[in-house]
Amino acid sequence: MTELALDIAHVSKRFGDTLANDDISLTLNRGEIVALLGENGAGKTTLMNILFGHYVPDEGSVKVMGRALPPGKPRAAIAAGVGMVHQHFSLAPNLTVLENVMTGTQSIWSVSSDTGGARDKLLGIAERFGLAVDPDARLGDLSVGEQQRVEILKALFNDAQVLVLDEPTAVLTNIEAERMFATLRDMAQQGLSLIFISHKLDEVMATADRIVVLRNGQAVAERAVGETNAAELAELMVGRQVARPVRAPSTPGALALEARAVTLRHEGVERLKAIHFQLHEGEVLGIIGVSGNGQASLAQLLGGTAAHAEGTLSLFGNEITDWHVVDAIEAGFARIPEDRNHEGVVGEMAIWENAILERLPAFSRKGLVDRKAAIAFADEIIGAFDVRGAAANRRISMLSGGNMQKMILGRNLIEPKRVLLASQPARGLDEGAVAAVHERILEARAQGTAVLLISEDLDEVMALSDRIQAIVGGRLSPSVSADDVDARMLGLMMAGEWPATGNAEASHAV
Amino acid sequence: MNEIADILASAGLWSAVLRIATPLIFGTLGALLCERAGVLNLGIEGIMTFGAMVGWLAVYNGADLWTGVLVAALCGGAFGALHAGLTVTLGLSQHVSGLGVTLFSASFSYYIFRLLVPVSGTPPTVEPFQPIAIPGLSDLPFVGPALFTQTTPTYLAIVLVIVLGYLVFKTPMGLAIRMTGENPHAAEAQGVNPIVIRYGCVIFGSALMAIGGSFLTLSAFNSFFPTMVQGRGWICIALVVFAMWRPSRALLGALLFAFFDAFQFRLQTVLSGVVPYQVFLMIPYILSIAALAFMARRARVPQALMQPFRRGER
Amino acid sequence: MRFERREQRSTLMVFAPPLLAVGVSLMLSGVLIALAGAPILEAFGALLNGAFGSRLAITETLTRTAPLILTGLAAATAFRAKLWNIGAEGQLYLGAIVVAAVSSQVLGGLPGYVQIPLLLVAGSVAGMVLLLVPLWMRLRFSVDEVVTTLLLNFVAILFVSMLIDTVLKDPLAFGWPQSVPVADEAMLPRIVSRSRLHVGLLIGILLALVIYFIQSRTVFGIQSRAAGFNASAAKFAGVPLKKTLVLVAMISGGAAGLAGAIEVMGVQGYVTTELSPSFGYSGIVVAMLANLNPIGVIFSALFIAAMFVGADGMSRAMGIPTYIADVTVALSLLSMLVAVFFTQYRVRK
Repeated sequence: MTELALDIAHVSKRFGDTLANDDISLTLNRGEIVALLGENGAGKTTLMNILFGHYVPDEGSVKVMGRALPPGKPRAAIAAGVGMVHQHFSLAPNLTVLENVMTGTQSIWSVSSDTGGARDKLLGIAERFGLAVDPDARLGDLSVGEQQRVEILKALFNDAQVLVLDEPTAVLTNIEAERMFATLRDMAQQGLSLIFISHKLDEVMATADRIVVLRNGQAVAERAVGETNAAELAELMVGRQVARPVRAPSTPGALALEARAVTLRHEGVERLKAIHFQLHEGEVLGIIGVSGNGQASLAQLLGGTAAHAEGTLSLFGNEITDWHVVDAIEAGFARIPEDRNHEGVVGEMAIWENAILERLPAFSRKGLVDRKAAIAFADEIIGAFDVRGAAANRRISMLSGGNMQKMILGRNLIEPKRVLLASQPARGLDEGAVAAVHERILEARAQGTAVLLISEDLDEVMALSDRIQAIVGGRLSPSVSADDVDARMLGLMMAGEWPATGNAEASHAV
Repeated sequence: MNEIADILASAGLWSAVLRIATPLIFGTLGALLCERAGVLNLGIEGIMTFGAMVGWLAVYNGADLWTGVLVAALCGGAFGALHAGLTVTLGLSQHVSGLGVTLFSASFSYYIFRLLVPVSGTPPTVEPFQPIAIPGLSDLPFVGPALFTQTTPTYLAIVLVIVLGYLVFKTPMGLAIRMTGENPHAAEAQGVNPIVIRYGCVIFGSALMAIGGSFLTLSAFNSFFPTMVQGRGWICIALVVFAMWRPSRALLGALLFAFFDAFQFRLQTVLSGVVPYQVFLMIPYILSIAALAFMARRARVPQALMQPFRRGER
Repeated sequence: MRFERREQRSTLMVFAPPLLAVGVSLMLSGVLIALAGAPILEAFGALLNGAFGSRLAITETLTRTAPLILTGLAAATAFRAKLWNIGAEGQLYLGAIVVAAVSSQVLGGLPGYVQIPLLLVAGSVAGMVLLLVPLWMRLRFSVDEVVTTLLLNFVAILFVSMLIDTVLKDPLAFGWPQSVPVADEAMLPRIVSRSRLHVGLLIGILLALVIYFIQSRTVFGIQSRAAGFNASAAKFAGVPLKKTLVLVAMISGGAAGLAGAIEVMGVQGYVTTELSPSFGYSGIVVAMLANLNPIGVIFSALFIAAMFVGADGMSRAMGIPTYIADVTVALSLLSMLVAVFFTQYRVRK
């Protein structure tokens, strides 16, 4: 009989009205790799937070090596041998590798650090699992892949028997990722048990022994890796017939926005890798992808807040590769930022001020703001976009998320615009607000606006887009028509599996 | 230029360097400890003032000198707890809270002083720490009177540099402190409580600042008067940057600083009438600003400095 | 115990913190007064009497209010844009000495209506320059301006001390270190006869109104507030962050320099190193109590001026050290910080 390393039994957790985990059971054998697959919001993070004692489950229990974990005690989880490797590293760049690893591992009152012992142990672990690092290197000088190794070593240093890896390859290059999988397999062979959270089907197929699919808070399927294939998994993950709502066919007009081999670097990392797309007037191009794959960089580049990019970005034939916010606004380029509280509004300022902040020149003369016109403009938006509970003079932070988003949409779309860049326009909104936002975007499209929609919400992309491209690791897939696409195909695209064309031209065939 | 050579060759200069450096060493180490844990403590100027006042007051009222130092340390710790409450528990702006603590502790010390010590023509004095000649070493020619005839707090300051350097870099607690100042979330994930660490460092660091202040009234001088701290606290904040958050370099910085201070003081007598004395007095402040500009880019600032830590909030 | 951000804030919460802060700080200083062995109510009576009890008291309080409005505005405008200008004290002194120098060395003999405006401008420019140095260091070397502005205070005061000891020394002052006086024509007119109250108060109030107007009605004002509240949203909306900071620094340093100018031209007539009883540092408290609102600055400056002037009266009457005023002012700052915090967060168990 195989040893059970981890036994999560009938765990449920409710937040307000949403059931984040609904009677989930999951087992992990010693030396086994289980992949946890699911879209954003499927309940993976909640489940892992329960495992680590950050949340107390409403029902259910967690056993590690046959012993029940007390709920809500992170330290007990660590002591029982559960280790977590976060997607966003929990490391200190100014400290050395060894210091990062050994923090908190010795009694805080002991009069001297056992650096020698810790170094030997670290080197031993590194040797055993082939995770070579220089213990004395400053962490910030290491590559992202090496930093990930340190993050794993940190968990192993605490004698973890069960290791959870959250999207371990999200930040790695392909070669680094290959090495990572080899390491993981090796670790399993040496008796460690691993849970591996991912969206990438090829990785999952190549690495895991068993795959558990979460959807809407439930464990909907479990497959041994030999019994399934990427296509089936994609369908299970998305889990529904992705039907398009009926809407008027698009009538694409002139070429509005075009990217040719655009590459964007930030702090030495390529965030966008030679991307291509074309966007016409009167159509919606949906960019689908799990967040953190380059969407933010794409939005910054188009919105005018990014640094210098390579390649060519053109708007109605004019090059805009290095443009700034002011140019974008002058060109009639509407922008909905990804995070409305962070970039969209200044919460402490009045609604009317937020309404005109990005078009102050139009509402001022000789540096004086035409307050009357600005308030009238804000009132117009409030009326036309049905912003509830708003008065032009009140602070915008008083508005609910949905109404704040309507305000942002309104300040962009109150008059027809030639191009609309919408990043996650309905994120975090309730259903009524989502519908209102979508209606506005389709209205703009009907008026001939070219819409670039960046979203990680499959339903949203299907509901709005005419064509779809996936973004994975800073690369854009070729575009597919939204009429021809099905769940399986989208799942594969989001997993980074599209036919390698090797030819840039093919990817902007409409 | 013979005069300058004479100044440099006098044991008095080098003895003064150590004396002037002592409060700076205490203050800089205190500020350094706070910042290593991620808290900027601009309360330093006022806390040093309070330490100077309360240490002196205790001795004036009959306590022995070490009790005076201890009282100063306890009061400094109390102000540290106030600053920690505002910046760690409530997560308020470390700039504004620190200035508030400085304004409060400085004015409070003047108030208490005025209340308990009536105005008189000659300021009341206490019997301060006396220099102790270290047997053997103090008999060395030149070096003896220059370096080994100091008061005990000065020797203590030097020892403290070594102790803190060891604590910060060679013990698990020091590592926990540094991790808290770099990434409190990572510290917490590894079982270190960043809130406790920050409270501890701010309270202990503030106690050191107050001890530095008490040196002014119990060793360098023998009475208290308002404004006697004269921006030394702010200079310590600049010295922390110069020291790149390392105790050993803090000692170096304080000594360098004190050297210029002692040197300019002696140069004044030589150059009096040629260069106004204010130019010499400006030198420490301008040097601090220059050091900041010089070091700011190359120093590795603790990454979480001035970042409030709230559980579960990133 | 956890703190949770409040989603909504009522109007009451805008006015409650300063009143609460003043109340708490007065209560705490009541304890200190009791410690001094004085009857609390009587002491507060003496304080009130000292600040407002007579024509002289009122004009003295208002005379003190004038520079505090200006240094308060210096802090309020800078802090609003997250520029930590703690150097108002030095900027004030530099403004003052430049006024004395320009009036005595350059403009001597010109009529008042020419001299006064020019001198006010000269004082402001001096303050601006002293703040632009640390701002430049922040933008160029990323040096935290808190420490540099603080240190520059000492440099500025020593510089003033040097000038009034040498080239600007008043030869008629019997060896006292004080500057040559500004010309009689350059003295600011009095508002109330037989008092020291001068038009500097009106200048302060006017500037508060102008800054309020700038912040609420001009392109630059809206941009600077946006940059201070939420720099990323401001950047997204195309606000030029650096240029905005430079302009903010000019207003902030200018206001502090102006405070020095009106003190010289309105009260003293010459510069000494005792010109300012830390108006610059008190300005920070003025600004925080006003929650950085320029109109609010007028009222919080009045409160702080009344504390200082009243404490003098209380000290004479009851023998309580005048430092009680400084303590109360510092406590009001700390209470204000806590009060504002609780308008933004609620306690969650």
